[in-house]
Amino acid sequence: MILQCAILFAFLAMGEFVVYCTGIPVPSSIIGMLLLTAALKLRIVRLFWVDKVSDFLVKNLGFFFVPAGVGLMRCLGLLSEQWLPIVAASVISTFLIIATTGRVHQMVRRTLSSHNQVKELSI
Amino acid sequence: MEFLTNKIFLIALTFVVFLGARLLQRRTGVALLNPILISIIVLIIILSCCEVDYDTYKEGGDYIEFWLKPAVVALGVPLYRQLETIKKQILPLLLAELAGCVVGLVSVMAIAELLGASREVVLSLAPKAVTTPIAMEISTAVGGLPPLTAAVVVCTGIFGGMAGFRMVKMSRIKSPIATGLSIGTAAHAVGTAAVMERGERYGAFSSLGLILNGLLTALLSPMILSLLGYTVQAS
Repeated sequence: MILQCAILFAFLAMGEFVVYCTGIPVPSSIIGMLLLTAALKLRIVRLFWVDKVSDFLVKNLGFFFVPAGVGLMRCLGLLSEQWLPIVAASVISTFLIIATTGRVHQMVRRTLSSHNQVKELSI
Repeated sequence: MEFLTNKIFLIALTFVVFLGARLLQRRTGVALLNPILISIIVLIIILSCCEVDYDTYKEGGDYIEFWLKPAVVALGVPLYRQLETIKKQILPLLLAELAGCVVGLVSVMAIAELLGASREVVLSLAPKAVTTPIAMEISTAVGGLPPLTAAVVVCTGIFGGMAGFRMVKMSRIKSPIATGLSIGTAAHAVGTAAVMERGERYGAFSSLGLILNGLLTALLSPMILSLLGYTVQAS
């Protein structure tokens, strides 16, 4: 378990280092994730070195968001004044994102696969 | 009541409330009783009743929130497990993400503006689809209110996790990959946690959606905001 934590935090630290050196406006954790995926792919890190702690953290991801959500306390005033635009915009936009992302993905995939079939037939 | 401001007590309280909320959902099976949502509401009520302010709670809460960063790094594991599938469809994935990101940014700001939200609120809502650490940084950079952004982000995630599958059905999205991807794009890590319960394949594409949308939103939001006529100070 200590080894597993050590690896995760090492990748997080690498993410912090990349942000520190380049100043890019991307969170260190996202960079750490991409580096971890790359290291697993390149077999620098083996899956069984990190899978137990990772699976535990990923499974319980929701819990770690609770304190940020309690931060709602601080903006109750603003919320009571402007709840309608905030709620309506968030709900409608969430639906639009899901519909757009999913439909575009299906569409492009279908177009590409039919294109490939045509190519195979003509050969 | 001095003891109520004790850090360790507040951490323990958060655990207990969350466990209780999870038990409640498991016993009743009602989707609306989302454990994250219930925990937030119950904690706010307890804290307000005991007159503990948010900054005091945050001293304990920060220890829990701290694990968010290693947990995001840990998402690299399900991502690695699906790498082969991702490689095969890199073009559909990228195009879908680009469309989702732009539609999300423009729609949330346009609707909020139309319904009369103040400028600060509109800017705070812009990054509402991406995961908290990214969203708060974007909010700061564009001149929004980071605490409001964090709260809206968490609520959006809960909503997307609860209603996501129904929205997918209504949009006639059929493939599991498109399903996971679109929920991750709209509802970041909280949506991903909900999707993960239906199977790791959904979860992996959901994490891919949250990563790609996070990156794209961070990169594109300053540009899109200035196209929409908001002056953005360079951070």
